[in-house]
Amino acid sequence: MRFADLLGFAWQVVLGYRSRTLLILLAMGIGVAAVVTVTALGEGARLYVVRQFGSLGTNLVIVLPGRSETSGSMPGVLIGKTPRDLTIDDALALKRSHAIRRFAPLIVGAGDVRSGSRRRETPVLGSTPELMDIRSMELASGRFLPAGDPRHSQPVCVIGTKVAGELFGNRQALGDWVRIGDRRFRIIGILAAQGESLGFNTDEIVIVPLAAAQALFNTESLFRILVEAKSRDQIADAKADVEEIIRLRHEGEKDITVITQDAVLATFDRILRALTLTVGGIAAISLAVAGILIMNVMLIAVTQRKREIGLLKALGATGRQIQMAFFTESAMLALGGAAVGVAAGEFGRSIISQIYPAIPFEAPWWALVAAPVTAVVTGILFTVAPARRAARLDPVQALSRR
Amino acid sequence: MIRLTGIERTFTVGDEQVHALRAVTMQIARGEYLSIMGPSGSGKSTLLNILGLLDRPNAGSYELDQRDVTGLSDDELARVRREKIGFVFQFFHLVPRLTAAENIELPMVLSGVDPAERAPRLGQLLAEYGLTERSGHRPDQLSGGQCQRVAIARAMSMRPGVILADEPTGNLDRHTGQEVMSVLERLHENGGTVIVVTHDPEIGARSQRRLRMIDGAVASDEKG
Repeated sequence: MRFADLLGFAWQVVLGYRSRTLLILLAMGIGVAAVVTVTALGEGARLYVVRQFGSLGTNLVIVLPGRSETSGSMPGVLIGKTPRDLTIDDALALKRSHAIRRFAPLIVGAGDVRSGSRRRETPVLGSTPELMDIRSMELASGRFLPAGDPRHSQPVCVIGTKVAGELFGNRQALGDWVRIGDRRFRIIGILAAQGESLGFNTDEIVIVPLAAAQALFNTESLFRILVEAKSRDQIADAKADVEEIIRLRHEGEKDITVITQDAVLATFDRILRALTLTVGGIAAISLAVAGILIMNVMLIAVTQRKREIGLLKALGATGRQIQMAFFTESAMLALGGAAVGVAAGEFGRSIISQIYPAIPFEAPWWALVAAPVTAVVTGILFTVAPARRAARLDPVQALSRR
Repeated sequence: MIRLTGIERTFTVGDEQVHALRAVTMQIARGEYLSIMGPSGSGKSTLLNILGLLDRPNAGSYELDQRDVTGLSDDELARVRREKIGFVFQFFHLVPRLTAAENIELPMVLSGVDPAERAPRLGQLLAEYGLTERSGHRPDQLSGGQCQRVAIARAMSMRPGVILADEPTGNLDRHTGQEVMSVLERLHENGGTVIVVTHDPEIGARSQRRLRMIDGAVASDEKG
């Protein structure tokens, strides 16, 4: 039998039993659409996180006080050592490294910010002017924290747009004064609306000079030091320098944790990719269900078309030809279903992207390939049993019954 | 052309052995017009199935065109059927979703005949059996006589040496039945071997050789 004839024969079967064809297309379509949509959601979430990290600043190295390590016992507790604080002097010592372009020590606390009768609890960040470049912040008006010795401070602050709106309404906030705790600060800048950036909504924060934050929260120790390496290649050098400089200052004790942005990003990337694969795999179960439906329908077809199969055999069709006819038919149905599914999945994806324009939903290429391939493979696999049954049919019996 | 020697066929029904054919030995020459008659259960359909290679005997041998086909595999049998045997059934057995022309073309499609070669042969068959006007109709749009003509055209599409007809008029009225018989007889006149199974004595009487079967054995074999 020629291949074109095989296709033609299967095509006539597909057209001949419309409701059955529609049913299979629907089942396969739902399966494939589920895989495409779900992986698009997962991939969208992954890309979203990756871009968020990108907005965090480039070539970033984060220094945390304390060290996370695994050993036989709990050394810090048993030997009576607690991690040393990170101080401003530790941070300033980082200037010695050639791999570091700039750094910003950071103190974070919650502050009660007041203007007249209005008050608002917001995160208060104490830092230095370098923070702006490291975190790629933008100003809507005014200027950022003034340069100078971070140990001394002026009573100034930079506030987010939302804070400005809530405290001042339509009044001019720039140049006005706010109270944070028991101190007064003059507003010298207002941040441009940037939205969420990994945990911090820059629209809702107040930034004050480092020394002011130390006084405000009555603390010497830093929450973090954000370090920017000179280039991507120098991230590793910067990390090594940071560890060495602080170790020397802490009497040879490695009591800090240094995280590179790449490592964090890679972790998130791995987690979210695994998540996408998992939910994609769960969605693929519906493909298996569709496969079972195909098997069921094909088994019914073998019974229904018993006389036809008997006839084909009488006309000289070999068992192989009959099997091929069934395989072609189910492959055709599965391919059709996959096409319907990819189209429906893309449609669903475009609707979701309209609802959440910020998240870049896009079905990964491997899902667009794997879903249809899985559909066709399951379609064919589940046709093995019905096709063999058809091929083994005894023509005498098949033809004799009305 | 056909030589059967000691053909036995038994079926197991429940725990009983039923002898459908007992030691059938016969020869059929090329170009013969043979009818096989007998009451139902006499084994005439079983004999036809064995002659048509749809069924295998339990014992005995079958030679078709000087070739022993008794021991062939299913697929080899299918190929022999395709080349040498044309079937006509009582219930026509047309594929309902295919048009008359597509039904007639089916054996050529299964054999992988080139489409360029198929088209003229199909046109010729349609014309020969008076179906040209009905070529695009599906079986449910055709009369019984037309369906049987489609079936005969289909049986002839591979130009087989033998035509096996199992009660070809069983589902037709008398007049249409006569018509179909004359179509089959025309094949015989053109040199084809035609074997008809029937329980209708009137149909059987038309052939030059008449085989009567009783209880799985050939009871009489008349010629002329």
